[in-house]
Amino acid sequence: MAAPEGAPGTIPARVPPEQPGFWGWLNRRLPVEGFIQDQLTGYYAPKNFNIWYFFGSLALVVLVVQLLTGIFLTMFYKVGELTSFDSVEYIMREVDYGWLIRYLHSTGASAFFIVVYLHMFRAFLYGSYRKPRELLWLFGMAVYLALMAEAFMGYVLPWGNMSFWGAQVIVNLFGTIPGIGPGLVEWIRGDYGIADATLNRFFALHVVALPLALLLLVALHLVALRQTGSNNPDGIEIKDQPGPDGKPLDGIPFHPYYTVKDVFGIGVFFVLFAIVVFFVPTLGGLFLETPNFDPANAMSTPEHIAPVWYFTPFYAILRAVPDQRMGALLMLLAVVAFLFVPWLDHSPVKSIRYKGWMSRLALALFAVSFVALGYLGLQPAEGLYVVLARIFAAIYFGFFILMPVYTKLEICRPVPQRVTYHAH
Amino acid sequence: MADQAVAAGEAVDLTRRKFLTRATIAAGAVGAAFVAVPFIESWAPSERARAQGAPTELDLSKLEAGQMTTTVWRRSPIYVVRRTPDMVARIGGHDAELKDPASEQSDQPAYAKNPQRSRSAEFLVLVGTCTHLGCLPKQRFSAGELYPSWPGGFFCPCHGSRFDLAGRVFAGSPASINLRVPPYYYPQPTTLVVGLDEKGVA
Repeated sequence: MAAPEGAPGTIPARVPPEQPGFWGWLNRRLPVEGFIQDQLTGYYAPKNFNIWYFFGSLALVVLVVQLLTGIFLTMFYKVGELTSFDSVEYIMREVDYGWLIRYLHSTGASAFFIVVYLHMFRAFLYGSYRKPRELLWLFGMAVYLALMAEAFMGYVLPWGNMSFWGAQVIVNLFGTIPGIGPGLVEWIRGDYGIADATLNRFFALHVVALPLALLLLVALHLVALRQTGSNNPDGIEIKDQPGPDGKPLDGIPFHPYYTVKDVFGIGVFFVLFAIVVFFVPTLGGLFLETPNFDPANAMSTPEHIAPVWYFTPFYAILRAVPDQRMGALLMLLAVVAFLFVPWLDHSPVKSIRYKGWMSRLALALFAVSFVALGYLGLQPAEGLYVVLARIFAAIYFGFFILMPVYTKLEICRPVPQRVTYHAH
Repeated sequence: MADQAVAAGEAVDLTRRKFLTRATIAAGAVGAAFVAVPFIESWAPSERARAQGAPTELDLSKLEAGQMTTTVWRRSPIYVVRRTPDMVARIGGHDAELKDPASEQSDQPAYAKNPQRSRSAEFLVLVGTCTHLGCLPKQRFSAGELYPSWPGGFFCPCHGSRFDLAGRVFAGSPASINLRVPPYYYPQPTTLVVGLDEKGVA
């Protein structure tokens, strides 16, 4: 597909003549300076970012923590139904600083979901999923889905009793698919029950396949971000207000301004992270569940099976339905609903700052119902808990289903031309 | 060849080129689908897993009336209950409260598709995993043990599914079908074989 030379669309060779010194030698061969210029010092981001804009870079930091600690855990962990549980105990008790590496990894898993949920809430606040950022949002959602699979399979690896029964419940969800369900479950497990074969393949997916997929999806997410530019709390396009030099009037170079801001955020994050790792690594059973300190036992179900907190909103929806196929379907829909948000929001404005009271109320109710479902998913499925789970599930789905209506009905405030910004 | 044809001033047949490109892609896709087969098949239960899933035998002579024993077949617990005449009597009378009293939607061999869900009224043989999401239902055999009108049966602690003394699910449970019955037969009156019946190995 080579176009004729000089035709529009061809990229001129941008290799500068070689400068003296090592730096010159390097840049003639690798576009280091060009990359820094394009991606950092010459990349203009809106100047009105607030605290909600920390969580994207924090997610990247947690990813690095997970990769690093994960690689080291793999050096001591021995996959297998007879060895997994013991090797985790070996890491905890006998490997020097093994306890630290494992707690960094287990706390990192929860931290990952905390920052990702806050990052997603930011998108809801300021309409960051709206045109032209739909694909950016979808890549982000793909990261989230891959992360859920990664976290689920990682939770199985210590082969505690909750690992085993969590895997049993989640894998059996596939059995509710009409027709192919039972065969599919057997295929996923590789045995007639959750077994060594299941553990071994989950290990392969957890340490090789899914991390590779995650890295690829994060890269696509960032490339799409660079293509559209960041949204901001006012939900207006800074590219529409260029200055005389062609740079956005309301933009500031990502480096040094936001790199410094993010480094500060990372510092605060690591303080909180360290407090959990060193003082409350299980967070009272929330980050590491108590039944998982017993080895997997196919003949003994824990009294209450609950997933780790980051899955409980969806788990509560599953249990709120008295029919297993419907429950599994609604649980799936609760996750999939996020994918459609860019096309459900018909508001003329992006940011919650200029949306009407209906959108504000809807988002507030949604946030409350998500947290409430998260709590209910940790409780036994009986009595009042089930009733509440049904009410909050209805609110949860109402937020999505009614979005085209309330975003269209309400009266929005006028959107300013320039971003709202007060110098500190 | 192509270059010579262009040099000779003949028009390039783009339609033919596109057809060949697409045909090549299609052939490649078919090839890729075939290559995927061994990778997908590798996830099926291995020969070893299948061998370990062979039929299992149980001696029933030591099982007292009214008691349950558990054996393992294909990594699932198999519940075997020796029902007393009283327990058999408590199977009837609550069909209206059941989701599938005649076991129409449920999974069992033909010889267990009856109200007792077993070959004989005395012995009940069930796969002891909840048909909801696979937890192990616990025995609650005494009448009134869960609530006054409870006729005795099984209760799943995970999500609250309830089953009667024939493993039939009560309405209001998250499980939709009755507890499964594995294929089984009695080579001798007091010997049970699970995983094998007249039809052969399950």
